[in-house]
Order: sequence, then C-alpha cells, then structure tokens
Amino acid sequence: MSLKDLLLEKRAAILKRWLDAIYQTYPAETSIFLQKQKDQFANPVGYTLAQGTEAILDGLLSGADTESATPFIDSIMRIRAVQEGAPSRALVFIFLLKGIIRELLGQSLLERHLAEEMALLESAIDALALRAFDSFVKYREKIYDLKANETKNMTYRLLQQARLLVEIPGEYQDDEENTSDKSKPKEVAK
Amino acid sequence: MAKFTTKPNELSKINLIPPQTEWMDTPVEIKEHMFCHPAKIKDLETVGFPNAREWKPTEEDWKLPDNWERTILEGMQSLLKKYRSFSLFMDICVRCGACADKCHFFIGSGDPKNMPVLRAELMRSVYRGNFTLAGKILKKISGARDLTVNVLKEWWYYFYQCTECRRCSVFCPYGIDQAEITMMGRELLNLLGLNIGWIAGPVAACYMKGNHLGLEPHTIKSSIDLFVDDIETITGIKITPSFNRKGAEILFVTPSGDLFANPGTYTAMGYLMLFHELGLDYTWSTYASEGGNFGFFTTNEMAKRLNSKIYAEAKRLGVKWILGGECGHMWRVLSQYMDTWNGPADFLEVPVSPITGTKFENTRATKMVHISEFTADLIKNGKLKLDKSRNDHLKVTFHDSCNTSRGMGLLEEPRYVLKNVCNHFYEMPENTIREKTFCCGSGTGLNASENMELRMRGGFPRANAVKHVHDKHGVNMLANICAIDRATLSASMDYWVPGVAVAGTTELVANALVMKGEIERTLDIRLEPLPGKEASEEVN
Repeated sequence: MSLKDLLLEKRAAILKRWLDAIYQTYPAETSIFLQKQKDQFANPVGYTLAQGTEAILDGLLSGADTESATPFIDSIMRIRAVQEGAPSRALVFIFLLKGIIRELLGQSLLERHLAEEMALLESAIDALALRAFDSFVKYREKIYDLKANETKNMTYRLLQQARLLVEIPGEYQDDEENTSDKSKPKEVAK
Repeated sequence: MAKFTTKPNELSKINLIPPQTEWMDTPVEIKEHMFCHPAKIKDLETVGFPNAREWKPTEEDWKLPDNWERTILEGMQSLLKKYRSFSLFMDICVRCGACADKCHFFIGSGDPKNMPVLRAELMRSVYRGNFTLAGKILKKISGARDLTVNVLKEWWYYFYQCTECRRCSVFCPYGIDQAEITMMGRELLNLLGLNIGWIAGPVAACYMKGNHLGLEPHTIKSSIDLFVDDIETITGIKITPSFNRKGAEILFVTPSGDLFANPGTYTAMGYLMLFHELGLDYTWSTYASEGGNFGFFTTNEMAKRLNSKIYAEAKRLGVKWILGGECGHMWRVLSQYMDTWNGPADFLEVPVSPITGTKFENTRATKMVHISEFTADLIKNGKLKLDKSRNDHLKVTFHDSCNTSRGMGLLEEPRYVLKNVCNHFYEMPENTIREKTFCCGSGTGLNASENMELRMRGGFPRANAVKHVHDKHGVNMLANICAIDRATLSASMDYWVPGVAVAGTTELVANALVMKGEIERTLDIRLEPLPGKEASEEVN
C-alpha cells in the first residue's frame, strides 16, 4: 500500500484532527462556536477553514500542484491576516498538518518503508506554507493600501476645490483617473 | 523514531494556545491596529468634556485623574437612576448565550470578549460588585469584581469594539439592548477623558461649525458648485440649488461626509438631480449642515446639543417640513430621540409630498421624511421617468444599514426604489439582511484608518454574504442608504470581495432618472462611460 492509499484511508481522520488543531489556536469558547455552527453566513470563519482545509488536503492527496490550492489558501489567509499580526501564528495551520499525518500514520510509515514518500509529501506541504506566506504578506500590504486609499478618497474633493488638483480634459483623461478616484467601479463598468 | 504530535505549542516555541483562564482572570491586551487614537485635548475642551489630556492606550500609565474610581461609580449610580433600561439590563440577563455568536466582531475576530453577553459582563461585574448586596457579599462567586485600572482599560478597549448595531438584541429573549450598555460605558469613559479622536474631532467640529467635517458655509457652497458642474457635464442641465433660503417649503439635511468623500459625493449629486427634476421648493442649510450626530457616540447630552440645530434652523428658515438624506445613525437619532430631546416640532407641518400629495403620517411626530420613503412614493405614483437600462452594467444587492433597519424599520422602501431603477437586483441570504443585517463593522465612530484590522474583522460577516451573491450572481454593486457604509464598505469590499463597488441608492436613481431637457447620457454619475450607451451612439 502506497502512502497515498494510506492517506486516502485516513482522510476523514486527518481532516478532523487538522481542523481540531486549528480550532485550538482560538480561545475555548470560540473554538466550540467555530466547530458547531454550520451555517456559512453565521460562521464564515469556521466555514472557510473547513472548506479550505478539505480542498487543500484533497489537492495534496491527488498530487495537484500548489497553484490549485491557492484560492483556498488565500481565503484562509485573508482571515488570518487580520486576526493575527504575527506570520508565525497566522501560518501555523499549514505546518500542523505534518505532525498530524505523522501521528496518524506513524507506525505504518516505518513498516511500509514510506519515509521517502513522506519526505516528498512534507516538501509539498512546505510549498503550501511558502504560498501561504506570500498570501499573508499580500493581505497585510493590502491593509496598508486601504488606509492610504481612504485618505486619498477623503481628500480628493478638498484638493480639487483648493485647485491643488486640476483635471486635464481630453486625451489625458485616463492618466488623471488613475491618480484620483479608486472607488469608481472600473471593473464593474466593463 | 521521532515523536510527532498535534499539539500546536510543541510544533515550535511559538505560543499558539490562547489563555485558558476564565475571562475575568484574563487581563486585557491592548493591541495595535485594534483601537482608534485618543481624543485631542482641544476637541474635548471645545465641548467642555472633562479630564482632557495627552495619554497613550499602549502605555501603562493612562494618567487618570485622582479619585477616578469614585467618578466612575458615582457616574454609574447616576445613570442607573436616570435610565430604567440600563438598570434592567444590568439585572435581567440570564446568560442564555443567544446573543453570543451574533456579533460581527465576535464572528470575525474570535475574541470571546466580543460576545455581546461577555462585553456586557465587563460592566455587569462591576455593577454587581458595587451596587448589589449579593455581589458585595459573594464577590466573584456571584460574578462580581472590583473596579480596577485593568477593568477600566478593558472597558475602553471593548466598548470601542462595539458599533451599537443592535443585531444581538434581535436575538435576546429579554430584548436586552447591548447598544445601550455600550452607550453607558462610553458615557462613563467620557467622564475620565477617555474618548477617541475620530469621535471627539467631528463632535467639536459639529459643535463649532455645524458639521462633522468643520466645513464653513462658503466651503459647503463651493463643494456643491463642483457637483453642479459635474451634473452639467453629464446631463447638460445647469442646476441652481439654494442655500439658507427663508420661506422654502422643505429643508434638506444630509450627512456632511457625502459632500466630500467618494463615493458619497455621487449620492449628493443624485439628490441635486432628483430635486431639480421635481422642481422641489427646498433649501440646503450651511448651518444645519450635518444630519449625522457623532455626539450620539459620546453622551446623551452631547447628542442632544448637536441635534438641536436641525429644528432651530427649520424654525429660522420658516420651512414646512424636513427631508433627510441617506444615513444610518442619523436616522436612529432623528427617529427615536429628536422629538424627545428637542421637540415638539409644532412649528412644522405634517410632511406632505408636494409632488404626489402623500401625507407622511409616520413622521407626524418628527416632521422629517427619509429620502427613500420620499423617492419610493414618487415612483409608486409614477412621477419619475426612469431608464433602468442605464444601470444594466450593474448587478446590485442591498445592504440594510443597522440603524435604518433595526432602528426605524425601513426595510421595503429602498428595495422598492432599487428594483425600479435597476434590472438586476439580488438579495443576500436571509440571515444577513433586513433586521438581521450585519454591520459594516465601522459604525459608531470607529471608521478611522488606524484600526483597519478591527474594521476588517468586523466587516467580514457582511462581506462574506456579499461574496456569496458576487460568486453566484455576479453582483458588482453594493447599494446602501448610509454615509458611513459608503465610506467604509468600499474598503471592506476592496479587501474581502474585490470587484464589488459601493453606491448610495440615490446615485443609482440619478443614473436612471430621465430629466427634462437632458442631453443623451453617455456618462454615469461617476463621469464614467455608460456601457451600452456609447455603443448605441455609434450605431446611430
């Protein structure tokens, strides 16, 4: 039996242990809520964690590339980036998976000489962690962008009124737009 | 063989397990990006708030005045005596937990002290310890505790992590209104000068100049002149609004934020276009130039003082009634407090729409009509010519603001308006709209930038529901009727659901409004090309 078969056999247990370990990083009362409330709108954090971990694990088991896990990592990191300022705490959920797999498969790994396959799996998990780190930084930077954009939106009219910002008509319109109003729904209009 | 473990704190030396102590034994940790900067001395002194001083939330010493404990306890006693609701809310909670998971800040942050029941316990514990016999004797066993500096810090941190949205109260079997507990908490903190800059600044500006931004009359006028220029570019129609005009039939009052901050400015342009098209006999005021009331987030008395200018100005100008723009907390104040504070407005008439003849009986007490009620009535009576196709590039959903939905029951009118000006309208899931709506996460004066992480946590449940309709139906526009929503949901969407823009409902009305004598529209209210309209122009 290959490592993949073993993992598939233990999929449900791995997933449960992984989620439980993530929930443990929240205070006890919160952990209960995250597990029990199944409505995706009443408990968006729990729902995102459950959906995301399942998709990431299935991606690993099917040998999918790291990129396919990106949307799910992003969804989780978008939350963790505002819940946790320290990357170590925000990213830990990925690393938890290694210990859980080893604990659940420990003896079988030895008996079936699967150390090499396990090392490959752990490298794949490391790749996910690197991807999660990219994501964390992206969202932390986004927060600072939001702060800057808000200030820009608040002062745009003031600058315009004080003639410190003058609109140039005609062919330069696009350039002028890029420096002004970020709230215009450009994507929307197209 | 190496021993592998699932215990996260053995994975590395990083402590991942949160404190396992009871909440009362877990001291507050004041974290950066979660709070707003303290109030400036000059702002507090402008309105006569006590104990103005320099202090920093992250420093150990908050430079509290001598006898601060006595100030708080005497203040609490006074509030308990003055407000029966507060006294009841301190006593009747049975800690059933129905509210616990209904707060957007708890859902988004996972911090148990954001559970409404626990946030209230921060104060109830002090109430028990000082005002109940059981608490005085049994102390901690009965859930009582002393008032200490750490408790005070905890109050400050968490009463400025509640937006007084009142979603939790919808689920409380006793109807306990957490917003009122937060309001009392903030009143008490104000006794010690523990206010935040984002609230104290607008309060002082409003007190001195009539609006939160501190805009003087000429600035208000020149700002609206800019809108008028843009409207002329879009429609070819030159609008000439009046200011402080005595004898006008209607006084129009709206939040000052919409005069400067995008995308609120487009909503303000919408008002100008709608009123011009109707030929409404109305006036703007450069004195009652603020519908919002940040005083409401400090003390009852301050809110009353700031509110008084609206009736005073209506009286001075001799108008018949007042029309109000799109805002959230402004309407909670107007609908539930204004008449008691500064009424009766017996010098005004019960509002009658001059266009449809509809008498707004629901405003018999306040004499103030909401723009959505007014517009819905116009549409119902066929008084507006609308080209919905101008909004065809938009797939719209509607965010009920906390105050208009839970505070005044305004649920159907904005939806009716939107469905009549847009062809593509989609509701978010039932448990996230109407009276169960999720807060934007930035209300009650928490819409600063320095607390962006807090805002994003609190904004997540709302954004999550928007994401659902974005993914399912391609929704790309989040309509609302609140100036703070317009200012803050833009950031929330940018973070959680990129591709969704934010607009006031009246902006979308103005897009669709066919005005007499207008040029063929090729631009929307944001001066962006109107999709489809350019194409038809080319074909023609």
